[in-house]
Amino acid sequence: MSIQEFLQHLANGTSLGSLYALLAIGYTLVYGILRLINFAHGEIFMLGAYIAYYGLTLTSLPWFVVFVLASVFTGIIGVTLERLAYKPLRNSPKITNLISAIGASFLFQNLAIMLFSGRPKAFPSPDVLTGVIYIGGVSVNIISLIIPVVTVVLLIILNTVIKKTKTGMAMRALSKDYEAASLMGIDINLVISFTFFIGSFLAAVGGIMWGIKYPQLIPIMGVMPGLKCFIAAVIGGIGNITGAVLGGFILGLGEIMLIAFLPTLTGYRDAFAFVLLIIILLIKPTGLLGEKTAEKV
Amino acid sequence: MLTIDNLHVSYGGIKALRGINLKIDDGKIVTLIGSNGAGKSSTLRSIMNLVKKEEGSIKYDGEDLTNLPTKDIVKKGIALSPEGRRIFSNLSVEENLILGAYTINNKQKITEQMNKMYDLFPRLKERHWQKAGTLSGGEQQMLAVARALMIRPKVLMLDEPSLGLAPLLVKDIFDIIKEINRQGNTILLVEQNAKKALEIADYGYVLETGSIVLEGEGQILLEDDRVKEAYLGDAK
Ligand SMILES: Nc1ncnc2c1ncn2[C@@H]1O[C@H](COP(=O)(O)OP(=O)(O)OP(=O)(O)O)[C@@H](O)[C@H]1O
Ligand SMILES: [Mg+2]
Repeated sequence: MSIQEFLQHLANGTSLGSLYALLAIGYTLVYGILRLINFAHGEIFMLGAYIAYYGLTLTSLPWFVVFVLASVFTGIIGVTLERLAYKPLRNSPKITNLISAIGASFLFQNLAIMLFSGRPKAFPSPDVLTGVIYIGGVSVNIISLIIPVVTVVLLIILNTVIKKTKTGMAMRALSKDYEAASLMGIDINLVISFTFFIGSFLAAVGGIMWGIKYPQLIPIMGVMPGLKCFIAAVIGGIGNITGAVLGGFILGLGEIMLIAFLPTLTGYRDAFAFVLLIIILLIKPTGLLGEKTAEKV
Repeated sequence: MLTIDNLHVSYGGIKALRGINLKIDDGKIVTLIGSNGAGKSSTLRSIMNLVKKEEGSIKYDGEDLTNLPTKDIVKKGIALSPEGRRIFSNLSVEENLILGAYTINNKQKITEQMNKMYDLFPRLKERHWQKAGTLSGGEQQMLAVARALMIRPKVLMLDEPSLGLAPLLVKDIFDIIKEINRQGNTILLVEQNAKKALEIADYGYVLETGSIVLEGEGQILLEDDRVKEAYLGDAK
């Protein structure tokens, strides 16, 4: 393999890893606070892409305005999902919530088939984002460069919110002790909603950029990425944001490099995540950056 | 004045409180003593609306708190330092204090109050950057008390603040409770250490299996034979 080819794969792997990271954060944030695997998160990602699609085709708004609005709107869908499907079950056994999440996932998929039709739609990417540029003999899709940049910027913002703001502190407090958090005067419901908003917003940004990179939308497009990013979150140590990002990049880069170096294994591309999951959990059951946490009381 | 009227609480059909009445006058130290499982924590948790009440009402300055969400009770100026500290172990000492002031928006007021806490508990100041989970037990207890004080509560409720502390620290905590009270705060204190609690209390209630069996001024309860026998470990 030439160095140019390698760099190309590296760019591809990095941008896929970024997309995985954006999606994995949603799993880890929600798990950290509710101890719930939000199985409908992949569908949130799918909805983000479709909403942007309709924003671009039905309105004449500038594309970046459409993307921001679509992400915000998807964030609101995430908040609504929590209010309707999880909040009423907050004091129920965890398995009940999990079943509700799986139900929500199927509901979204089928709603999407009904509303958007099952036939693939071509994502109408704005021209400026679809070009190819050459850097030192390496040809790279512009979007493959934009994706990591957008991701890093969003990660920095997220990190600041969680580390420095009062709401971020409240999120961290809630992940430890609901009751003590409410004794501080924290509005638990508001913080949970905020968490779902952030997770769903990031998933939508990921879904939209996914649509530009792989410009074909189908209602089940969130299933595989959703599953892989759940795995990425577990690999990194679920509940740990840095871990989710790390897991996302490991999966994305690993997947692309696997195909690049061992093209005969291309058919096993999707299996890579699962194999990696098993290996890592055997070595470190809490994930790479996970800590042992006592079961929440 | 904080009043509890005919409060009943059950957990899954088992009665924990059987119609208790309590009055806590402004500026006083009131203590609630009783053996394990008597219902002391349940009483404090009911005031904060952390447990469901079967019957009864809770009022503060004439306002009904009975069904108010916990966060709104905090906004009325009532704070609880819960049993078992319950500090946020994954946050720094300073962040714990900032969260204690969650309902306050004025940054300057928060800093002022934080500095006051650091004066009161110099240990916390030395360790302000440290993860709260790595503090010693006694330091965690100080943090729990300081955190509850961050809103300058009109009523401060403490659930076993001296639990697990060395005797010297117990004395410190009680001195601090007195000091906080001198500054005008009302205090509702739950203690295993009945003697110490009654010594500093203006008024005390004795709780037995969910009912108040005795009440009176702290000094008088200290002299009461039944109290002596059951809670002060004095053999006759
Ligand atoms: N969450 C709960 N679920 C079921 N029963 C409970 C719960 N909390 C308290 N109880 C029961 O209610 C009764 C009163 O408990 P509470 O915690 O109020 O006692 P306490 O006076 O604070 O005791 P201690 O001195 O041991 O802290 C006990 O019998 C206890 O077992
Ligand atoms: Mg108790």
